[in-house]
Parts: sequence; C-alpha cells; structure tokens
Amino acid sequence: MKLFTLDSVCKSFAAKTGNPTRVLNDVSFDVATGETLGLVGESGSGKSTIAKCMLKLLRPDSGSVVFDGIDVPNARGAELSRFRREVQLVFQDPYGSLNPRMTAGELIAEGLLVHGLEPNGAARRRQAQHLMGLVGLDPDNIDRYPNSFSGGQRQRIAIARALACRPRLLVCDEPVAALDVSVQAQVINLLQDMRAEFDLTVVFIAHDLAVVRHLCQRIIVLHRGEIVEQGSREEIFGNPRMPYTQSLLAAVPIPDPVLAQRRRTAVQEA
Amino acid sequence: MMMQPNPAGRPAPVPGEAPLLSVDNLCVSIRVDDRSVNIVDGVSFSIRRGERVALVGESGSGKSVTARALMRLERRMKATGSIVCDGRDILKLSDGEMRRVRGGTIGMVFQDPMSFLDPLRTIGDQIAETLRIRGVSRRDAERKALHILDELKVERAAERLTAYPHEFSGGMRQRVVLAMALIGDPRLLIADEPTTALDVRVQDQVLALLDEISRSRGLSVLFITHDLGIVAGFADRVMVMYAGSVVEDGDVYSTFAAPRHPYTRGLLDAVPRIDRDSDRLASIRGTPPHVFARPQGCPFHPRCDRAFERCVIERPVLRELGGMRVACHRPEPEAAR
Repeated sequence: MKLFTLDSVCKSFAAKTGNPTRVLNDVSFDVATGETLGLVGESGSGKSTIAKCMLKLLRPDSGSVVFDGIDVPNARGAELSRFRREVQLVFQDPYGSLNPRMTAGELIAEGLLVHGLEPNGAARRRQAQHLMGLVGLDPDNIDRYPNSFSGGQRQRIAIARALACRPRLLVCDEPVAALDVSVQAQVINLLQDMRAEFDLTVVFIAHDLAVVRHLCQRIIVLHRGEIVEQGSREEIFGNPRMPYTQSLLAAVPIPDPVLAQRRRTAVQEA
Repeated sequence: MMMQPNPAGRPAPVPGEAPLLSVDNLCVSIRVDDRSVNIVDGVSFSIRRGERVALVGESGSGKSVTARALMRLERRMKATGSIVCDGRDILKLSDGEMRRVRGGTIGMVFQDPMSFLDPLRTIGDQIAETLRIRGVSRRDAERKALHILDELKVERAAERLTAYPHEFSGGMRQRVVLAMALIGDPRLLIADEPTTALDVRVQDQVLALLDEISRSRGLSVLFITHDLGIVAGFADRVMVMYAGSVVEDGDVYSTFAAPRHPYTRGLLDAVPRIDRDSDRLASIRGTPPHVFARPQGCPFHPRCDRAFERCVIERPVLRELGGMRVACHRPEPEAAR
C-alpha cells in the first residue's frame, strides 16, 4: 500500500542573477507502508528539498504530494492536523533542533499537548518518562534542559519527541551525521528498534551510503534534482546500473586495508 | 604478528634511521579556574620519513589538539614534553624560528578551507605568500604556485591563480589549501580532517591526490580523521586516541585484522559497511568522556566489556605487544593464525 506519493514534483529557487535554479526536476516516487526508504545523493542533489516538500515546509512549483489521501501542499484544518500528527521528523543537528528553554519532558510531550492527545499534565509527564526509558534515557532526567545532554542523548530526545504522537511516518534527515562513531551505532540501533516497536514507515535521508545500506530496504539515488536510479538494497548495492550510482559507491571508503588496496589496484589497472 | 602484503611504493623501515618526527610524553594543558587540565595527556609516538600515519579518535579525544601542538598553534595552552621534527625541538624554538617551521618543515591542512582562505585576495597571491615571506621574489613565487597547482591537477592553473576563493568548489578550495601547505616543500604534512566536509566522490579524488603526492615527494603525513574507511585506504599506520591518550598504535593491516584495544575493536564493529549487509551494529555503550570529566584509571573502563578491578584503579601505559603498542590491562586476544 502506498502511504506517500510524490508525482512530477518540480521546485526552483530564485537565483541572484539570471533564471531561477531548478532544484527538483520531475521527481516521482512512492513510499510503501512499512518500508524504510533511503534518499541518497551528494550536496545539491535535492534530497533535503524533497524532505521539505514532503513535510509541507516548502511548496512545490508543480506536481503533487499526497500522504494517505491528504493533498499535502493544500492541506488545512483537521486534515493538516492529522498530517502533522502522523508524519514526524528527526533533524541532523541535535544542538539546533531542540528549544533550549524547554526541558526534556516538555520537548518530548509537546506533541501530546499541541494535538490535544493528552490534556492531563501528570499523564503527559508519565508518557514522556515512559518514552525516555524506551529510547535509552534516564527518566529521572526529565526536568533537565537540552544543554545538559550530549549530542547522542539529544538525538534520543528528538526521537522520543517524534514518537510521542504515535506517528505512521518518520522522516529522518541525516539523523546520525553529526554523531561520533560509537554513538552513531547506538542511534542507528535505536531507530531500528523504534521502527519495529511503533510499526513505522521511514524515509531516511543521508549522504552516508554505508548507513543507508544498513537501514534501508529500498533506495532512491538523486543527482542534481533528478532521480538517477531507484531499486531494492540488493539492486542498488549489488548491481547498480547507472554510471553515477556506480561512481558514488566506488568512492565510499571501506574500513578494511586489504580490500581498499585491492580496489585501488583495480582502479589503477582500469 | 601477522604477515601482510606491503603495498607497492610504501617505504620499508630503514633500520637505524632516525624518525622524522619524535613526540615524547607530550602534554597539552589548559588552565581552568586555577586548575590545570591536561587535554593531551602524555602522548608519545614517532613518524618515519615517507610514512603515513592516521590519528583516529572521537570528539574530545585530543587528536586535533595534538596535531595543532606540533605546529604550536594553541597559544592559550601549555605544551610540555618534547617534539623533535627533522632534528629540531619544536617546543624550544623562538617564535621567529617557529614561523619558518610552519609551512617550511611542517605544512598543515584543515577541515574547512573557507575559514582558512582570505576571501579578498586571489588564490595565487595566497599560495605564493608562504614563499614571499621567506624572501622569494614575486615572480619566482608565482611560478612555483603555478607549478604546484599543476601538480595538484588543477586545470587551467594559470587562469585560476587570479581567481578568488568563492569562485572555487569545495574540492578545488581544498586543493588550494593543499598547495599552500606544500609550496614550502615540507617534510611533514599534517592534515586535520581535510576531506570531512567534501562529497564522497570529491573526497575520493582529494585522497587519491594526497596519496600520489605523498609518495612522489616522500612526504610524511599525519592524517587526523574519524573515518576508519579513510584510514584503511590511506595510512600505513594507525594511532587511536581516547580521552587524551594514545590507546593503540599499529600498522593498518594488523590493527584492522585484530585490534588489541577493546575501544579500537568497538569502533571497528560499530561502523556500517558499504560492502556487506548487516542486521545489527555492535555499539559501544555510553559516550566519550568530556575533557573535564575523564574517568580515573583506564579512561575507557566505564564503557568497556573487558574491564576488571585493576582498570578502575590504575591507568594502563602504552606498551609493546606483538609488534603493536597497546594501553590496556586486558587486551583483546591475538589474531588466530
């Protein structure tokens, strides 16, 4: 079943001089219920612009964006409210994306308040504590502010906050890119656990292809605002058809000196 | 020790040859409220001529401070111990002598080229500057600048010399910064996360370039990175830092095949791989300690599955172990043969 559909989405931004810059050119894809879809590409590929169009943070110039029957760019009232509840997001920067003047508990429970899901303050607090436990934070720290948490812990707060409203779709824009290697693995594992626990559909945007291979069942490769190739994990990583995808994969360093040397020799001979 | 293929072109150790760089018991401290805190806490290592060494660590490990201390760039911090590069003790040089070392014996490249380049001056002017302040004539310095951009495979180099930094892409800017570091013909290049801000294909190009240049010039490289993939592809040797100390130091083949420090093991297991499927990543619990709150004993013990009583009390020293150096009371087993 299709949960999200983008059809022929185009988006341009005004340039300082000359014609507007085309950032997305005729982008169409579906997100099926229950799948984890990876959007990969280099800087300027349009992957974050797609996320913004999906989240109604940007209005496409043309084309349609539909979530579960809701016409996203034109959604209003009750429909918009449902959209905002059922689609949640996790950003890259755990330092910039949490209001520094709200406590962990307030941040996590904010959605419950905004959407009127839990009008009782004590009950909201209990739910926030429960969520903190789920994402591996000490519930005793509920009254602390974001600045007293590390980057990885902040990303756990962001994930708990996104999960509070029981969303159906989670959009993650580079959620582990700013984290240290050892902490990155913890947050990736947490995302996997939460995906199973909450039955989530996930759109995962990243430039790190190894992380995408690990997490995503289906992958869309973007280049300069267009879809270059899309396919299952096996297709994209096992047998990429497009030269662009091949060049992207070949450039990813492998943490194994023997394989790295073998690959370098192969390149030199070619 | 495992027998490993020696990749073509990499220098074999010459017995008896003095290393290019010897760092002995380097401590770098900062004063906080009348107290002195060691950010780098007794680091010792050496780099041979032509050797490429990767320095790996997470935030707060002290890897960048170590690198910057080699160039005496941390003015607010106090460095003790000794740093001998090409026969001269860096920590004993006058400021004037030190200025000649920077860009002379030691060149350095940073992560963000845009904050390193002057937006109001042409790149030709900036590349030539290193030579100009040494009294080289403008004509000669510019000729050398052109030559070095050619070496770095910058197309239409002569035209590009009159361009400004904003006209360059990220990869090209990093080449310009590299040109600035190399024009003084250094013996040691310190590269601090030079490709972290670049797209993966551009990163690959810059790494290939660094590889080629360091080989052809016989340049020693200290490459600071958090990316174990880059380490595997570029370095001869890897040093892992944790909480201000080197915890493991070995050639890349042995270290990646069988790391002896539990932290190194944990890092390698925590990285997802582009070349294979994985169900679940092994993660290290907890987070790297803050500089001002490093644990007693072995700094890694609160996160370590192999820790026992001794690790809580006594900080392990870096010692020789099967051809590597490891700071651990209970190292991981040696590789099965």
